[in-house]
Amino acid sequence: MRRKKDRPQKAGSEKSSFTRRDFLKGAGVTVSGGLLVGSAVAKAAPPPPETGFVGPGAVPVTLRVNGKIHKLKLEPRVTLLDALRDDLDITGSKKVCDRATCGACTVMMDRKPVYACTVLALEAEGHDITTIEGIGSAEKLTPVMAAFVKHDAQQCGFCTPGFVMASTAFLERNPNPTMEEIEKSLGGNICRCGTYRGIRHAVLEAAKEMKGGAHGSM
Amino acid sequence: MAACKYDYPPAGHRELIGKSIDRIDGPEKSSGRAKYTYDMNPPGRLIAKLCTCPYAHAKVNSVDISAAQKLPGVKAVLIIQGPGTEIQWAGDEIAAVAAVNEQIAEDAVRLIKVEYEQLPHLVREEDLKRAESEGRTKPAGESTTGDPSKAFQDPDAVVSEGYYGLPVITHCCLESHGNTVEWTDAKSLKTWTSTQNVSGGPGQFGQGLRLKKVQVDDSNIETICQYIGGGFGSKFSPDRWGIEAAQLAKMAGAPVRLMLDRDTELEMAGARPSAFGHIRVAAKKDGTLTAWDSDTWGTGGVGPSGHPPLPYVLDIPNRHWKHTAVATNIGPSRAWRAPNHPQACLLTMAPIDDLAAKLQMDPLELLLKNVDLAPEILRKTYTEELQKAAELADWKKNWHQRGDKTPGHIKRGMGVSLHTWGGRGHFSNCNVIIRPDGSVTVQLGSQDLGTGTRTVIAIMVAETLGLPLDGVKVEIGDSKYPPDGASGGSTTVGGVSSSTRRGAINARDELFAAVAPSLGVQPAQLEAWNGKIQVTGDPSKSLTWKEACAKLGVKTIHATGKNPGPCELTNSGVGGVQIADVSVDTETGLVKMNRIVAAQDCGLVIDEKTAKSQVYGALIMGVCYSLYEQKVMDETLGVMLNPNMEYYKLATIGDIGEFVVHMMTGPGYDERGVIGLGEPPVISPGAAISNAVANAIGVRVPTLPLTPDKVLEALEKGAKA
Repeated sequence: MRRKKDRPQKAGSEKSSFTRRDFLKGAGVTVSGGLLVGSAVAKAAPPPPETGFVGPGAVPVTLRVNGKIHKLKLEPRVTLLDALRDDLDITGSKKVCDRATCGACTVMMDRKPVYACTVLALEAEGHDITTIEGIGSAEKLTPVMAAFVKHDAQQCGFCTPGFVMASTAFLERNPNPTMEEIEKSLGGNICRCGTYRGIRHAVLEAAKEMKGGAHGSM
Repeated sequence: MAACKYDYPPAGHRELIGKSIDRIDGPEKSSGRAKYTYDMNPPGRLIAKLCTCPYAHAKVNSVDISAAQKLPGVKAVLIIQGPGTEIQWAGDEIAAVAAVNEQIAEDAVRLIKVEYEQLPHLVREEDLKRAESEGRTKPAGESTTGDPSKAFQDPDAVVSEGYYGLPVITHCCLESHGNTVEWTDAKSLKTWTSTQNVSGGPGQFGQGLRLKKVQVDDSNIETICQYIGGGFGSKFSPDRWGIEAAQLAKMAGAPVRLMLDRDTELEMAGARPSAFGHIRVAAKKDGTLTAWDSDTWGTGGVGPSGHPPLPYVLDIPNRHWKHTAVATNIGPSRAWRAPNHPQACLLTMAPIDDLAAKLQMDPLELLLKNVDLAPEILRKTYTEELQKAAELADWKKNWHQRGDKTPGHIKRGMGVSLHTWGGRGHFSNCNVIIRPDGSVTVQLGSQDLGTGTRTVIAIMVAETLGLPLDGVKVEIGDSKYPPDGASGGSTTVGGVSSSTRRGAINARDELFAAVAPSLGVQPAQLEAWNGKIQVTGDPSKSLTWKEACAKLGVKTIHATGKNPGPCELTNSGVGGVQIADVSVDTETGLVKMNRIVAAQDCGLVIDEKTAKSQVYGALIMGVCYSLYEQKVMDETLGVMLNPNMEYYKLATIGDIGEFVVHMMTGPGYDERGVIGLGEPPVISPGAAISNAVANAIGVRVPTLPLTPDKVLEALEKGAKA
């Protein structure tokens, strides 16, 4: 992992072994090519500190989540999703496919939806991370959340936070969606219980509700 | 039926039952605040990972965990299946590691050295002859009724013959199987378990741990599952890896979370058995079914998995069926929503549809004509449902003879199917507590799989006590509450409705006894209605709920309710009919869902909204297994080729088409009591969609899923024939 500041290198650790999963996690985002190079090289012959590579040992990471600053020490290979769930106990985003297929881990980075399982925690530094906990609560539902309840767009509820985040981000970009656009925009999220019909109606209704302006910002 | 003390309130005297009501835990879920087993982070929690076998069939020669144990951050390593063990499927557990975080646990798993001796495997079962030659088959039942050979030879008989089938699919629960466990003291275990069986948890953990020489009393174990991310029949126990988590936690002296990775989840945490077969069915020229013969086989892994009940629903007078179980080295089968019914339904309704095509008869007419072959209690239901579904689908106008003759490469077709399920309520126990301040709590060791169980319980107690929905606090999902049945086989709604109705009436009657003197009447003259306790027929003589409860003084009412119990409040045997409407592109082979119409009975509906959601969900799950799902096994390597969610295909939001759901309610249905709904509507989609595709393109695609390659192959074969 390449970083702006030079950091001391912990070399020769057994835990730098590179796997397909690590590759997939790294491959989804442009700046993470360094992970692959960094850890693979580190195992064979550690590069000198002046290269600017960090890891494979834990390094300080600062995350801004829902407006709050969190200082953590994480290995560079730790995903944003694992950091949120396991280190910060912010568990609304779910771990399901763990490889950018199902959308259950969807969060917003600078209000853009991303799969948190495919963003490294280090890459999220300097960005505003918004999880479902940051947009509303059970007592203060957003229009999208309220519409999911009204249209019973949830059964077991495990995919729901991801759908709510994807829908929220979508409606911020497209406040006047057609049903076809809703279906296209939510095609990156998977539900197993079969709540898609409710979700279609919920997102349409939330769009109308938000245009009404009664609920302020999302 | 004579009126009985515990009967459900009659139509016209229901404030909540049967209305369309939002699920009460909806806000928790849609705001991401609902906490699942996977979300539990008790202080000091370790994460455990499994070292699994890469071979379908192998003997373990040695397991070396020393390097893993030495890795900094690793707190416990456990050998699960050591030297000498025979492994029967790829993905099975060899060892488990608990470490301070997920990354170190994964590293440690990679440091475990296992030597195997590979043994011959079989992972595909479509070729029965090959399975037989390898000694992998076992008879799984055979039966003859009437004289099928004579009936088939009848010169007036029209016979249709074909090959049909559906492959092994997985449950693919979004929350993988697993547990978070914590020894709260040396003797006491607390488990968060992703389970359909909360009340069974302590016994299952206790038994499993004692077998591993970990002494613990069931009474010192608490199992919690407030929310579960999908089960569908695959989560009735903490599983072996739950016991392992508790062992690791004991060894490490810290809480442990062990959730399966997605690949392991799909490899070994549950599969629906396959079914393939050669089937003959005969009818008279007027469509009266006369004879059935099926020679079927399927696999549910190494062990047995029952057999599909054939012919399904319709007891054709002369019939013979034979089923063979094929032992394969795939992960074990588990109950998958309506075990063996979707298989039986496709293997019956597709051949009958082909026979109707041969007779050039409308298949819906043919089913109506043969409805007397169904169990007596369902005949009227099926007749009404076939008519209702036909009306909603505009069948008469839209249906055509097999093969859409309109020009162009997009062909449209419709197919029909019917199904049944039992669904009688399971055993259930509840506490209903009324406190002097008027607050009401109901407690059960049940669980809400996302079906709406919490909401149904709240509706039943609120209705009985004359309170608004939010006047009742529902406490479930914890084994400390009164024991309740596992949620499987659509038994929960009947069970909890019955026990909570009885419990709430018992509590209400205690309250009536306490307040009657102050109203100067006998308790039997009182009713609870609209937030009041009032004299029946004289609302002027009343107390508000709070005033009434205040009469309790310092006494709290603690009543109980059970199922089974006096006055039958649940029942068994529902029917459903579904009509699918599809378009098929004959150039690409792609099947597009236009619409599914479903008419479904489940006795008395408690909450129309969540009931309909069960049906919508089942239809969508049906689209998934009809068009996309298959556990793809590679015979050379013996492994699953798609143990992930990009290649284990599920429908997404744009793939499903429209739905029309009609719940059969009112006289003739309501008085049967509350019957389960989870399984029945997932049974018919395979047959209805397969029949619709055949109706569209003029030929049968013999097996599910109806993927483009198979559609094109069927079209090519049809063109040559």
